Amino acid sequence: MAQIFAYILHKEGVADDSALELVAAAKKIDAAASVTAIVVGSGVDAVCNEVAASYNEVWKIDGADFAYPNAEVIRKALVSIVPKGALVLIPHNTFGMDLGPGLSVKLDTAFVSDVVDFEGIDGDALKVVRQEYSGMVSTHVTCDTAAGAIITVRPGAFQPDESKSAGGAVTDKTGDAGDLGVSRRFLEVVEAEMGDVDITKSEILVSVGRGIEDEDNLEIAQELADAMGADVSCSRPIVDAKWMEKSRQVGTSGQTVSPKVYLACGISGSFQHMGGIKGAPFIVAINKNAKAPIFQLADVGVVADILEFLPDLAEAIEEAK
Amino acid sequence: MDILVCVKRVPDTSENEIEVNSSGSDIERDDLVYSVNEWDNYAVEEAIQIRDKVGGSVTVVTVGDDESEEVLRREMAMGADQGVLLSDDAFEGSDGKGLATILKAEIEKGKYDLIMTGAQADGGAAQVGGMLAAMLDLPYASLVNLIDVVDDTKIKVGREIEGGNQEMNEVDLPCVLSIQTGINEPRYVGIRGIRKVASVEIPVHGAADLGLDASAVGEAAAKVKRQDYFVPDMGEGAEMLEGSTEEIIEKLIELLKAKGGVK
Repeated sequence: MAQIFAYILHKEGVADDSALELVAAAKKIDAAASVTAIVVGSGVDAVCNEVAASYNEVWKIDGADFAYPNAEVIRKALVSIVPKGALVLIPHNTFGMDLGPGLSVKLDTAFVSDVVDFEGIDGDALKVVRQEYSGMVSTHVTCDTAAGAIITVRPGAFQPDESKSAGGAVTDKTGDAGDLGVSRRFLEVVEAEMGDVDITKSEILVSVGRGIEDEDNLEIAQELADAMGADVSCSRPIVDAKWMEKSRQVGTSGQTVSPKVYLACGISGSFQHMGGIKGAPFIVAINKNAKAPIFQLADVGVVADILEFLPDLAEAIEEAK
Repeated sequence: MDILVCVKRVPDTSENEIEVNSSGSDIERDDLVYSVNEWDNYAVEEAIQIRDKVGGSVTVVTVGDDESEEVLRREMAMGADQGVLLSDDAFEGSDGKGLATILKAEIEKGKYDLIMTGAQADGGAAQVGGMLAAMLDLPYASLVNLIDVVDDTKIKVGREIEGGNQEMNEVDLPCVLSIQTGINEPRYVGIRGIRKVASVEIPVHGAADLGLDASAVGEAAAKVKRQDYFVPDMGEGAEMLEGSTEEIIEKLIELLKAKGGVK
């Protein structure tokens, strides 16, 4: 088996949850593989020591150039240090999406993205599972790893490997990072504005998606929320259409919420949306498409047109009070 | 500013239920409604707005069969100045890298200040923009949700990152950007606009026109190959409430009360 590397995301001196998920992913490719963590940043010794328990080796690139994760700078560093034929696992988040495709071109390897599972390797052919059409169908994909591969792995797809039995040594590779001249310069992070309601603190959320169809119909969701004592949140298309503020969006690119009850109304249930729900809320899905992925994730499902169902439900709740 | 936008004709998932065919070799394509990939449509709108502000041109390009011409015409009706169809039997079965190789060959025939793709398409791979940039040796930013043209040599872009935050970068031109939905409000395309461009000639470029060795693209060159489609088994699934609307609502209110979902 070729060498397997995992790119470690970290923030404020702490490794991201994906660090242990990628160990599990690497072992699913090959249980006997030696797995090396790559940690890039400025002042990353604590992160290196943290992940050393879980990886056979840790490669460190440390310096002021890497203080912010600029994918262009990091790509250049990785091209200098990753050996030919290696497999590199990267989390499929906004950073991984920025880094992965270009890195595969520069290393002249195969590239397969947003992998949710590995199903073994036959010679050089690695069999992986991906999803298409917003998770409505899955596919088996073979990736020719003869010249190596860059693989982005969906966050949350693998249970973290908590065994911490590896105890690898940390090697400083900073000197090998090469020329970092950049054409894309990081300026700043603009933090999301908080709206009038902080949905991260809501106990009950009535969340609406594409199924609401029209801005005027948001009233229906608000009436139901009023009856339930809930707040209204939404999925991405509603914010894209400018019908609600970004601060009301649940998902990996929006807010992370942890209500007791989550009513998903006309929401298909993409992983980006569900990735914004933490804890174990009681999820009720109402959708007119009986095959929507949300029904595989919810506790209770109702196949109905939300434009008809929500007003009836609101009225019944008011009457029952 | 001369802008090229890469677009793709895809099944419209808001109009269709996607189902796997009986052999698992493909999705059921009979009666599917196709449209331009949603992310690409935002990219074209952004390109048109930039052109209208600073001058220049917008070219839309796609890799596909004859039917893909319809998405080029749609985007031209929206306001793109010209379209180019990249079509050849040799392109069939290309993986992401193959597609980027084809697009690169077309891009190198012209001179563009800005190249855009949608952040992702129907396959959800989010790969072509980043590959294209690396092949062209140009700077790249993905998931772009804001563009400010600074001058002829650089732009300021906002990228969507986790938690609703935005990462601001200054990027040298020319560059490649992948565009996230929500960056603008794509304009409505009326039947009059479609009629206006109905007879405009759209050039078709094949492997030979692009100077491409057929073995560098298509299935033979693909390192990544889809084997089959299947319906994911994502666990137990929800308890589905059935019966009349009254019965469903009664049961649902009972459950909501038990879980603290009615205050």
